[in-house]
Amino acid sequence: MPKIIVQVMPKQDLLDPQGKAVARALERSGHQAIKAVRIGKRIELYYATTPTDAQLQEAQKIAENFLSNGVIEDVVEVFIEQD
Amino acid sequence: MIIDTVKQSKIEPDKDQPFAALGLKEEEYDSIREILGRRPTSSELAMYSVMWSEHCSYKSSKIYLRQFGEKVTPEMKKHLLVGMGENAGVVDIGEGLAVTFKVESHNHPSYIEPFQGAATGIGGIVRDILTMGARPIAVMDQLRFGAPEHPDTARVVHGVVDGISFYGNCLGLPNIGGETVFDKVYQGNPLVNALSIGALKHEDLKLAKADKAGDLVILFGARTGADGIGGVSVLASETFDADGPSRRPAVQVGDPFAEKVLIECCLELFAAGCVSGIQDLGGAGISCATSELASNGGKGMKVQLKKVLLRDESLTPEEILMSESQERMMAIVPKKHLRAFKKIVNRHEVEYSVLGKVIRKDRLLINWGKEEIVNVPPRTVAHDGPVYERPVRKPKWQKSLNEDSVQSRGLYRANENSTDLASQFVQIVSSPNQADKSYVTDQYDRYVGGNTALAYPDGAGMIRVSEVSGLGVALATDANGRYCQLDPYQGAQLALAEAYRNVATSGAKPLAVTNCLNFGSPENPEVMWQFKQATTGLADACLALEIPVTGGNVSFYNQTGDTAIYPTPVVGVLGVIDDVARRIPSGWQDEGNNIYLLGVTKDELDGSVWAEVVHDHLGGLPPTVNLSHEKALAELLHGASLQGLIASATDLSEAGLAQALTESVLRFNMGARVWITEICERDAVDKTAALFSESTGRVLVSVGREDDVKFVGLCDARSIPVLRIGVTDNTGELEIQDLATWKIDELRTPWKATLPELFG
Repeated sequence: MPKIIVQVMPKQDLLDPQGKAVARALERSGHQAIKAVRIGKRIELYYATTPTDAQLQEAQKIAENFLSNGVIEDVVEVFIEQD
Repeated sequence: MIIDTVKQSKIEPDKDQPFAALGLKEEEYDSIREILGRRPTSSELAMYSVMWSEHCSYKSSKIYLRQFGEKVTPEMKKHLLVGMGENAGVVDIGEGLAVTFKVESHNHPSYIEPFQGAATGIGGIVRDILTMGARPIAVMDQLRFGAPEHPDTARVVHGVVDGISFYGNCLGLPNIGGETVFDKVYQGNPLVNALSIGALKHEDLKLAKADKAGDLVILFGARTGADGIGGVSVLASETFDADGPSRRPAVQVGDPFAEKVLIECCLELFAAGCVSGIQDLGGAGISCATSELASNGGKGMKVQLKKVLLRDESLTPEEILMSESQERMMAIVPKKHLRAFKKIVNRHEVEYSVLGKVIRKDRLLINWGKEEIVNVPPRTVAHDGPVYERPVRKPKWQKSLNEDSVQSRGLYRANENSTDLASQFVQIVSSPNQADKSYVTDQYDRYVGGNTALAYPDGAGMIRVSEVSGLGVALATDANGRYCQLDPYQGAQLALAEAYRNVATSGAKPLAVTNCLNFGSPENPEVMWQFKQATTGLADACLALEIPVTGGNVSFYNQTGDTAIYPTPVVGVLGVIDDVARRIPSGWQDEGNNIYLLGVTKDELDGSVWAEVVHDHLGGLPPTVNLSHEKALAELLHGASLQGLIASATDLSEAGLAQALTESVLRFNMGARVWITEICERDAVDKTAALFSESTGRVLVSVGREDDVKFVGLCDARSIPVLRIGVTDNTGELEIQDLATWKIDELRTPWKATLPELFG
């Protein structure tokens, strides 16, 4: 099924506790080369047919207003993914 | 990056500085220039601007807060180990133990980003408690939201409650009570107040100060990022050119797991004796911690700002000074203990960095690499900020509001129509402010730690401090914005009286007070008048009840546009109980107990829940307060509970007897038969007043038959009016004679359904 992918990341300036915890765990388990980790989320919206440009624009709006919290998160990318 | 240095400030003495955009008045800016004998550097300007802000300097409230320190007797101070002015007050509870408690506001952040705002509110108050050397043992939250049916209210409610439960539950601290109130005045400005309480041994008490030259200044905990930098972005954009960093976010993100590690780490540092003081970093971050520690110790400090561990390397020195990144602490460590300090923080995997040292000279010197960017007397930043006596004016509308009473309006009373009266009863007890709050409190962990003796739905929270003797403390907080709008002086006293009574009904002896004063803009003379009245009322009442204020917090600028919230002074009372096993439950448990109403009912319906829910009316004058009666009542309850005479006690406050009866029945599913005719006859009031009046100084108690004579004798001896108004029974019903008989579920269902229907 064709889908639109929305990628959301915590804002660059803000603390990302999850990323920080994973970074420390990686460091402890010997992955010294990795200096930082930041964790966002990927959301998949499924459509019956390949989304139109209008639907993509709509998804962009949904991403900004509904799927992410603009105060602490940024929508990084919204794109169509074929199977 | 161009750095503005002390040297530069002399080379370029007349540089334009954005003091107004940072919230400083022209005369404040001038007085900074006068203190320094030159223009401030941009870093100094940033420090002064946040430390002289209303939030940090209490510049408008100071002259009124003094009353809390002045209106006290030596007797009142007997139990105080630490009074006002420190991070939190400390109260001796006996057995060599003490507790520290404080309530703080996190209103504005919680409106912008409810989840993180409320979560970091908990984090901040817990760190305040920690700096006194105490282990945090419980939290409470006082929440005020907009109208329940307004579409934005759900956003704030969900975010705030989730944020509190997330942070508190992850920390493993029980949330033992608080308040949840809805009113349209809080629509654009919800109130999120957080209270924490901690326990310590007397000898473990610590004060945050840097009083020995040569001691090291160490920042530890989370790294510093761009969290919560509001006004400073003005400076940042000045320093950078136009396409520099975007406006920094004013939101802070909390990490409760980091805080939990920090708690254990700090307590171990204290126990090992390797720190002379620890200060938490909250509002105003490093600016506040360095200047306060130095000022408290009467010393100076030399700090290398480049040593601060950063999360974001692009931060400017001004931003580092102002950052409100969470979960950070500043320790003052004697050199000889540095090794021991390192060993402990390393074991907890907490990052730290030695920023500098305490110096003899009364200066705060901050360097950025080789450049000196701050050189100021620390006291002028931390404690000698501006103090204002702002104009006060009784609001123009006050008189007409007070004249617009229930009486003068002739609001309909359903005295002769028992069907109407009965339906008002159910309508009131299931209205959003009176209905079951377990939708909120069930999301909090109330029993973690295994020391919770009382929590919601009891009127006070109670927690055991000594697992050996059972010694514990009870805490209740109250505020009624509607009463305060009608009369802020009396409203504040009513809040104190209710919290005091709630603590007394739990069987504890009230000892000390904290407060969180939520008001509109101090620049509005009418708001300032409300503030003056409320603080004076509270201080006078504390003196009358002989319990001291140990500390608190002021939150101004709570308003939407020009419309201020109702004055909302949240008052918390702490009491001590020698054994929590002796606590008085708040509901009926045994059948055949007599139900007594203590105190007198007057026709006091102005500002009541009845006026609000049934008539959508606010006007008149709030209920009267009789503090000597409150005191006698508390002593009676204490005495009776020591003798084990009371089976249960519930105080009467909002929605009066109706609410007390409902809660007593629903607590343990024990029915009762009640008559109100004798109240009406003795006190010369009608049925509406008997059920819904909010007269103070009243408590509903249940007493076993065998203790009846003794109990009534005790009341008579103390001249407390007492009236038998019912008997508990096992019928599964609440019957109010000549009014209605409800099956318990007919009350429980609507009472429980309200909040889930609105927000579930």
